[in-house]
Amino acid sequence: MQTTFTILLDGLSYASYLFIVSVGLTIIFGVMKILNVAHGGFYAWGAYSAAYAIGLAADLGFPDWFGFVLIGLSSMGVGLVLGLLIERLILRRLYDHEEVIIILATFGLFLVLEDLILLVFGVNPYFAYQPMVFLGSVELGGILRDVYSLTLLGLAALVAFACWYALDRTKWGKILTTVIYDREISLAIGINVNAVFVWTFVAGATLGALGGAYISPTLSVAPGIGIDIIVLSFAVVVIGGMGSIPGALIGALMVGILRAVAVHKFPEFELFVIFVVMAAVLMVRPEGLFAPVKARRI
Amino acid sequence: MTGTPVLRVRNLHKSFAGIVAASNINVDVADGEVVGIIGANGAGKTVFVNMITGYLKPTSGSIEFSGREITGIRPRDATRIGVCRSFQISQVFMTMTVLENLLIAVSLAGKERKSLLAPLRSRERIRECEQVMERYKLTEHRDNVTRTLSQGVRKLLDIAMAVVSNPKLLLLDEPTSGVSSDEKFRLMDLVMNALKEQGTAVLFVEHDMEIVQRYVDRILAFYQGEIVCDAPPDVALKDPKVIEYVLGESHGPANDSESALGAGHA
Amino acid sequence: MIRSALSDATIRWTIAGFLVLALVGTLFPNWILNNTMFGLAYGLAVLGLLLLWRTGLVSFGHALYFGMGAYAVALLERYTGATDIVMRLGAAMTVAGGTGFVLGFVLRHYRGIFFAMLSMAFSMVLYGVLVKTEALGSTDGFSVSQTTILGWQPQSKYPLFLAIVGLCVIATTGVQLYLHSALGHLTTSVRDNEIRVEYLGYSVATAIHVKYVISAALAGVAGGVMAMALGQVDPDSMVNWTVSGELVFITIMAGPGSVVAPFIGAITFEFLRTFAFELAPHAWQLIVGGTLLGIIFFMPEGLWSLTRLISRKREKVR
Repeated sequence: MQTTFTILLDGLSYASYLFIVSVGLTIIFGVMKILNVAHGGFYAWGAYSAAYAIGLAADLGFPDWFGFVLIGLSSMGVGLVLGLLIERLILRRLYDHEEVIIILATFGLFLVLEDLILLVFGVNPYFAYQPMVFLGSVELGGILRDVYSLTLLGLAALVAFACWYALDRTKWGKILTTVIYDREISLAIGINVNAVFVWTFVAGATLGALGGAYISPTLSVAPGIGIDIIVLSFAVVVIGGMGSIPGALIGALMVGILRAVAVHKFPEFELFVIFVVMAAVLMVRPEGLFAPVKARRI
Repeated sequence: MTGTPVLRVRNLHKSFAGIVAASNINVDVADGEVVGIIGANGAGKTVFVNMITGYLKPTSGSIEFSGREITGIRPRDATRIGVCRSFQISQVFMTMTVLENLLIAVSLAGKERKSLLAPLRSRERIRECEQVMERYKLTEHRDNVTRTLSQGVRKLLDIAMAVVSNPKLLLLDEPTSGVSSDEKFRLMDLVMNALKEQGTAVLFVEHDMEIVQRYVDRILAFYQGEIVCDAPPDVALKDPKVIEYVLGESHGPANDSESALGAGHA
Repeated sequence: MIRSALSDATIRWTIAGFLVLALVGTLFPNWILNNTMFGLAYGLAVLGLLLLWRTGLVSFGHALYFGMGAYAVALLERYTGATDIVMRLGAAMTVAGGTGFVLGFVLRHYRGIFFAMLSMAFSMVLYGVLVKTEALGSTDGFSVSQTTILGWQPQSKYPLFLAIVGLCVIATTGVQLYLHSALGHLTTSVRDNEIRVEYLGYSVATAIHVKYVISAALAGVAGGVMAMALGQVDPDSMVNWTVSGELVFITIMAGPGSVVAPFIGAITFEFLRTFAFELAPHAWQLIVGGTLLGIIFFMPEGLWSLTRLISRKREKVR
């Protein structure tokens, strides 16, 4: 019973983290039809800049709660700067290329972003534990848990709600839905598709950076942290259906819970099981469990 | 009509999610016969062609080729037994030259699968392709990449690729659509004369009545998925139903937005 | 067969090039010899990816076969003690080619992004198994002892190098002959127009499957060569998705133009990596990533298009 509870809680908090990162990836894919490998770079940049800022603020004597403000600011900063630069300077010129070539270009961008991190932040790991210390820990089901990891659930719910609200209840959302449905017609009826692309990309990049920034207090921020998350969020997005926000939610929950079960019961299957599910979904329902737009098999 | 017909279609029916695209179609085509298929856009002509060549599976009914049941056959098997087709929008290998396109077609038409591992450019194959190019007036384009050629030339190549295997039955889907009007007759003369020499039975979908009248032995007129008239051209074109349902509407050039195979439109 | 192979100018030049490499190799110090062997290993895998690339398919999971080949060599030694080059490469090729044959039944129905993603998922399954299996050394992997050649234990690296060069000659000649056959031409044909291929009476799925198995077997052999040259196997440098990415990168860099290009591309890549690690250890990925973007923007045909540029200029001069 207790293990079940622990697994559930672990699974949910991991799922929340995966969702925050993956939802950015899926939004970008849904609107722009770009499978963005550089998303791992946004994640890493978010983590580094938040960890750096939190460390700096602590040195300057800012209170520990200020870390939360910095997490928000640094993810927005990363999303805005990198998102704008990359969309404007690079992706914009590639839209008429084959989708596989665009994936490769984003892979190139990912490599560039990885090394820029080393050049800017150096090779030593960063620790930004202050926000975690600030929230302390509670006993849940007989186990001491840090409150910070639990707040991930709240943040994920907030992100999910914000996405739903923005897409379903605002004029912007309607425009976005139109562009997702048919790019040509959107152009014809006077929607500024270019602007939609830029801001979608910035929003997606911000969410990727937010995932990295928010998780940074719980781990040592070291070179290469973007490598694993990119394939994990691919798995999430593919399982749920590329381009679908509810799909990203379901995908994240499946991967999160599966991983938690594996970690507690069959540790040797931790990674294996995630990709087996991903492959199985692609084989049975290539368009994913919640396909928004018709996907192509041939 | 003597002996087994090349094509015998019985009670053919096709519907897409409840929408009827073809119903109660019965047709016999004899050896070497040339049959024109006419009808407005969406009358079910291309669906009919697609069912015979295996791109679409009929909902019910049967298709026989030379006495052999071929209902629901796969496209490649249809090709192998001698039912070939051309396309409304020419389907050629755009980044390859005319010669290379034909070489591929000739090598795949060969009966021996083993020879697929031998070099593509063998002397005999090239000679065979040169003869085809000669017959279809493609020689001057021999080493041009097909992407750079005009629609008319691509159409010719498309048809030439379909006939290199000497099919007994050839289906041409709007052979002159997208071809300029002064090229049309030249193209059709070339094609139909070559086919006559080979004794191939031809079914062709066409909007241009001048072309239809000039080449066909018989007309099948489609309306809303059914054949409303099956008669020689002089009879068919005077038939009141044909005049009302087919000729009454504009029979200008085909709608370009139709997909290559017209699979989606009923 | 041999005569028809030698009548092909590309094959003659390839053989000549590899002969020169074999001769110059006698002068190489060990580190250059090693790097060249790594390059040749990558080149073999890229040669397979070139077949898929010409067919219009990009696999983001060929590290699966690369890793399988490497681990096949290592495990063969662990369980049977066999260290002979023929057995090692035979095992690598069989395991990778066999797996490729089985997975090919699924993958041959996929295109574009879905093909890329499913190949990646398959390769990450193997990665997931390897990093978590203590018996296989998990993330550290384990070592492979020196290769024997038909019962003989060479005292230097050169005989192994020579054998690998020979292997590359065979692989390149084979692929070149294949590309010149009718079946081999179905690469471009399938990429250009699948409908037409079907209506010419050939199965597109079969055409893709054949190329997939060849490319898997080549990647397996490549992994086996890597294991022998490196003397060890580990998941992160052989099975992770970044390895698949690197292989695709070299494929794009080399371009689809020629069967020699993969080797030139891969050897260049290996030496660039070595020098970059010496001179600018934190800028290696920056260089690779930047090059990849540059090629996509300016040289869609890869570095090989440079040679065409040169020969075109020469024609103009004439």
